[in-house]
Amino acid sequence: MAILRYAVYRFGTMLLTLLVVSALVFLIINLPPGDYLSNQISELRASGQSAGVAKAEFLRAEYALDRPLYQQYLIWIGFIPGPQGFSGLIQGDFGWSFEFDRPVAEIVGESLWLTVLVNLAAVLFVYLIALPLGVLAAAKSKTWVDYTSAFVGYLGLATPNFLLALILFYYGHKYFDLPIGGLMDPQYEGLPMSWDKVKSILIHLIVPTFVIGTSGAAAMMQRLRANLLDELGKPYVETAIAKGMSPPRMLIKYPLRMAFNPFVADIGNLLPSMISGSVLVSVVLGLQTIGPTLLTALKTQDQFLAGFVLMFVALLTLMGTMISDVLLVLLDPRIRYEGREA
Amino acid sequence: MTNLPDGRYVDDTPFDATANIQTLERQDLDAPAWLLVWRKFRRHRLGLVSGIFLLLCYMILPFVGFIAPYTANERDSDYLFAPPQSVQWYHEGDFIGPFVYPTVAEADLETFQWKFVTDTTTPLPLKFFCQGESYPLAGLIETDVHLFCAPEGATIFLWGSDRLGRDVFSRILYGAQLSLTVGLIGISVSFVLGIGFGSIAGYFGGKIDWVINRVIEILRSLPELPLWLALSAAVPSNWGPVAVFFIISIILGVLDWPGLARAVRAKFLSLREEEYVRAAEMMGASSGRVIRRHLLPNFMSHLIASATLSIPAMILGETALSFLGLGLRAPAVSWGVMLNDAQNLASIEIYPWTAIPMLPIIVIVLAFNFLGDGLRDSLDPYAD
Repeated sequence: MAILRYAVYRFGTMLLTLLVVSALVFLIINLPPGDYLSNQISELRASGQSAGVAKAEFLRAEYALDRPLYQQYLIWIGFIPGPQGFSGLIQGDFGWSFEFDRPVAEIVGESLWLTVLVNLAAVLFVYLIALPLGVLAAAKSKTWVDYTSAFVGYLGLATPNFLLALILFYYGHKYFDLPIGGLMDPQYEGLPMSWDKVKSILIHLIVPTFVIGTSGAAAMMQRLRANLLDELGKPYVETAIAKGMSPPRMLIKYPLRMAFNPFVADIGNLLPSMISGSVLVSVVLGLQTIGPTLLTALKTQDQFLAGFVLMFVALLTLMGTMISDVLLVLLDPRIRYEGREA
Repeated sequence: MTNLPDGRYVDDTPFDATANIQTLERQDLDAPAWLLVWRKFRRHRLGLVSGIFLLLCYMILPFVGFIAPYTANERDSDYLFAPPQSVQWYHEGDFIGPFVYPTVAEADLETFQWKFVTDTTTPLPLKFFCQGESYPLAGLIETDVHLFCAPEGATIFLWGSDRLGRDVFSRILYGAQLSLTVGLIGISVSFVLGIGFGSIAGYFGGKIDWVINRVIEILRSLPELPLWLALSAAVPSNWGPVAVFFIISIILGVLDWPGLARAVRAKFLSLREEEYVRAAEMMGASSGRVIRRHLLPNFMSHLIASATLSIPAMILGETALSFLGLGLRAPAVSWGVMLNDAQNLASIEIYPWTAIPMLPIIVIVLAFNFLGDGLRDSLDPYAD
């Protein structure tokens, strides 16, 4: 049951990290001078609408924006009671969006699941592409297969995601009749899940998955190739060949297993950049994930909305890293669970 | 070779028992380390070519005003979204030297777009070392001489013009000034922070190490772009372009240092146990001196290689931020700002040349990657 203990330990560190991250996020969100409401108040004052001012002042007190910053933070998290008692993130109250005049939970709603879905699809794509290509490039190193895949990989790393998105969208629509924009056909929006809706989402996922996954897949492929090449130079490989093992069988049975660990462990490095990519790509392609919401919220200083989205993105990354860590322990018996620091 | 009577063969050359000891293990011990690195790097063709190319690019930066036929924000309102023009050499079979055909904009009443009709009867030779709009050469000397400019009555939009009738080619050159330096400033910030925190953590260990390590882990586990976005959203909108440029570069650098610090820390942990470090400490060298004089030079070259590899990420970061409208803002010109125009599918379809700034981005990023790979491979001249 050591694995269970490790999982619990890992979960604990994740929660602690999340706490630190929440402080960081709150600080960054509050860096710009003023807040949404005080900006609105001064705007209303300037145009002489006193009725609006009273409402905004009321809201300011209602959301504790008139208190010192550290208190605002603690209320936001839910450690100390705000004007409505304990109602912070841990109590499941995500706050109010001033820009949209609706609760944050209502605005983000479905887009949370779609964000998870898009990123999950991209991670799957990365593994499905990088694994065979990386192995192939290592097995056939210094041949045209290797060079072509290296070239494609480099291009994938060098092309800005958002441009790739636009171009693929354009050509995907022109030649393969792939849909443009969005994550589902408009008629399914807001409807409960049904088979047709799932189908529509899947078709819409093709281009975004490709775009978000490409650079990650390129990096992953190169790393797998390098690891595998290291393994292939070792004496046990020579022994296996000398004993008459067929090359593919030998490759899969020993070196691949050795090279596989970094491959799984890498998800921790991969995930942050992929989620970054998905935010950007979502804005460009108009996907109904939280990317576009984040951008509007940041631009308008809609602090609770922006804070929640940032926290969610961080949570997603940390969860992914945690899962990969636990998987790694399951996969590799050499890793000890206890006292695995840093 | 002597054939002895009993049928054995014996080598006649005198046997020198010390020969084995005297021969050099390696032939290249005659040169200092940097020369060995250079020799090895020279064999890395792709890296060498990329390095030279990047060097040229950076050297051109102060003189882009001279090369560009137009200045960055010069508008020609008669030529909105003009397609790229090509420079011709032969007119009806006769060689006249570089010239362009004049184009005239005509309104297309079906699509409601401007159509640009080329008049191929009158070749207009390009002017060289001619006078155009004035610009500061190398940021200092105000001058109005351009390498080449459009002849009277024609335009020279090599890569087309954008929605305000500004020359894309000239703007790409001007944009390079910001887009290329953003990476350099960012990497300097990241370098200072990374080496500082990394060496403190690695050298002193203990509680400081623990704290710095946790900070590194947390920062590394967060997605960069949302944080970049949040930080750049905090930049006051009334700041001038130069201030925004610097703050954006710093933001890019501030979030990049953990990777570097981690590498530095790992190196320090192993190096601080070496004898020469203890010797230096016993002779009374302060920690700062040990770090600066004895430890850092050991792997400075590795740091430079890894820095080369993280510059592209910053260039792409700036592009992404500006593209989303949270980075540099007009009137500043950078490749990201230019791509902001190519944000929708319509412009990709109708005016594909507005997306041309992506080409220099790809080329520069590739060059940095190749250069970094080459450097990394050649930095250890004693390894095979």
